[in-house]
Amino acid sequence: MAVNDTLEGTHKIIESAREQQAHLNPLAPTVNDFNQELTTLNLGPTHPATHGIFQNILQMDGERIISGVPTIGYIHRAFEKIAERRPFYQITTLTDRMNYCSSPINNFGWHLTVEKLLGVEVPKRAQYIRVILMELARITDHLICNGILGVDTGAFTGFLYLMDEREKVYEIYEEVSGARLTTNMGRVGGMERDFSDIAIAKLRAWLKTFPAVMREFEAMFNRNRIFMDRIVGVGAISAERALNYGFTGPNLRAAGVDYDVRVMNPYSSYQDFDFEIPVGTKGDTYDRFMVRNEEIWQSLRIIEQALENLPAGPYHADAPHFYLPPKQAVYQNMEALIYHFKIVMGEIDAPVGEVYHSVEGGNGELGFYLVSDGGRTPYRLHFRRPCFIYYQAYTEMVVGQTLSDAIVTLSSMNVIAGELDA
Amino acid sequence: MADQNESIPAQEEAAAQDPAAQQNAELLALLHRLFGADAFTDVEEPYGLLTVTTTREQIHGIIAGLQKDQELQLNFLTTMCGMHWPDRAGQELGMVYHLHSLTRNIRLRLKIFFPIADPVAPTLTDLYSAANWMEREAFDFYGIIFPGHPNLMRILNVEDMDYHPMRKEYALEDGTREDKTDLFFGR
Repeated sequence: MAVNDTLEGTHKIIESAREQQAHLNPLAPTVNDFNQELTTLNLGPTHPATHGIFQNILQMDGERIISGVPTIGYIHRAFEKIAERRPFYQITTLTDRMNYCSSPINNFGWHLTVEKLLGVEVPKRAQYIRVILMELARITDHLICNGILGVDTGAFTGFLYLMDEREKVYEIYEEVSGARLTTNMGRVGGMERDFSDIAIAKLRAWLKTFPAVMREFEAMFNRNRIFMDRIVGVGAISAERALNYGFTGPNLRAAGVDYDVRVMNPYSSYQDFDFEIPVGTKGDTYDRFMVRNEEIWQSLRIIEQALENLPAGPYHADAPHFYLPPKQAVYQNMEALIYHFKIVMGEIDAPVGEVYHSVEGGNGELGFYLVSDGGRTPYRLHFRRPCFIYYQAYTEMVVGQTLSDAIVTLSSMNVIAGELDA
Repeated sequence: MADQNESIPAQEEAAAQDPAAQQNAELLALLHRLFGADAFTDVEEPYGLLTVTTTREQIHGIIAGLQKDQELQLNFLTTMCGMHWPDRAGQELGMVYHLHSLTRNIRLRLKIFFPIADPVAPTLTDLYSAANWMEREAFDFYGIIFPGHPNLMRILNVEDMDYHPMRKEYALEDGTREDKTDLFFGR
């Protein structure tokens, strides 16, 4: 009796597992035929090749992927909810933790949104400083993505060279904001401090040494036979499908659509600079890799122009209602003390209204939809996270390919878990 | 076209000065021509972005029509999100859609509102693949149901959560705590 019970229990477990499989993939056979048997593979949540915490339950026929079910939300931190309790300036630290590979872009994107709501005009110098830092952030973002793509195809060396360069950019961040990864850079109304001489010196030194490293990296990868065999034609998506999936940024441009927020809706004086938008043709992993490489060169061009023409003048707006006064003045000047208190307590006069502002993030259009009811906090704040929107297409892009192709596709899409889950 | 412009003289006047306002006037004229002037209430332009409110019965037809339209080509769904206004009786929940024309660089914001007792909105998954996770997010956060969605389940929160956390009745901090009142600065 006992044996029978156990057997029955086992059968039930197998039956329910089959039902689950059938739910995941209607093509999964229910007969126990060895030749048709599919394997269920859990890729993630903590798999080294996913570079972040998210899971894909793949149905495999040998090495081929039949179907996939992505599960996300492992590091969901409810930023949109938390933002409804925080004054505007405290939300900057939430944006850091979305795309942590390019925090300054997120920071300034948020500040630009609030400045648009409050109607604050930021002086040219602050805008140029922001452009320099945002382009540095874009470079580090692309360096990580392309470096890791090398790692995932078995070429570790390039990654180490690029990490070294990222380290130097982080030292520049450190000089500007005091932080390295989650930078909390700038304030509503401009920067919290000007570029110091050390920061300028570090930046100039880096601009001299970096191109040689980048050229070396490109020489190692761009026409490398093994590398190209591994990624050409892998994980391709057509421009039409990419647009339907809401792709933006390098992934969309690799498919051949020249949409770049910096050009289409210039912010922070991007219209002053001369740069090109690289586009690909097939939207495959190789195109994404090449578009990112070329964007690094274009970002360098922008930084050089901005540094060359860096205007003199104040580094923040003359907006005492929104911009913290210098600490010394707070102790000696009554008005400064009052403004300091009001800003820190979040008691600024925000108008009632709604505003959408977007910037070109490392991965695409990073948008902020802010609804203000005139209170100290946003009534509703929605982040348009490019990763969250384009990662939906991943299953469609890898079905029919092999597992190792799926890994490089994921790598080249540059899915950042923090941005994916917010 | 001409008679539509006559009905909105204020926009026409503003259009003469500002290219953004001109685009908005053109877009509004197109909306009125395609879907009728009474399809839209509350036409606003906060910070230069044309914002119209419509009903949940019409929203699918409007977005589908704009996607097909060859003149302005508003065929890129930038984002969508849910909203909760507990004080608006019968209009508590809402969805906000942002559309973008990549060829003409025109943006449009569409809104719909519906009662919280009947939180149903049409799905856009048949028009935009991108709508899939955005709608799952709105369901997860606000409990908005999208009939016809292929896989309407929670996306960011855990499956067995039994409430929709972005609704305003769920305060961020524990509502039973008495040691930490926030009378002066809280909502």
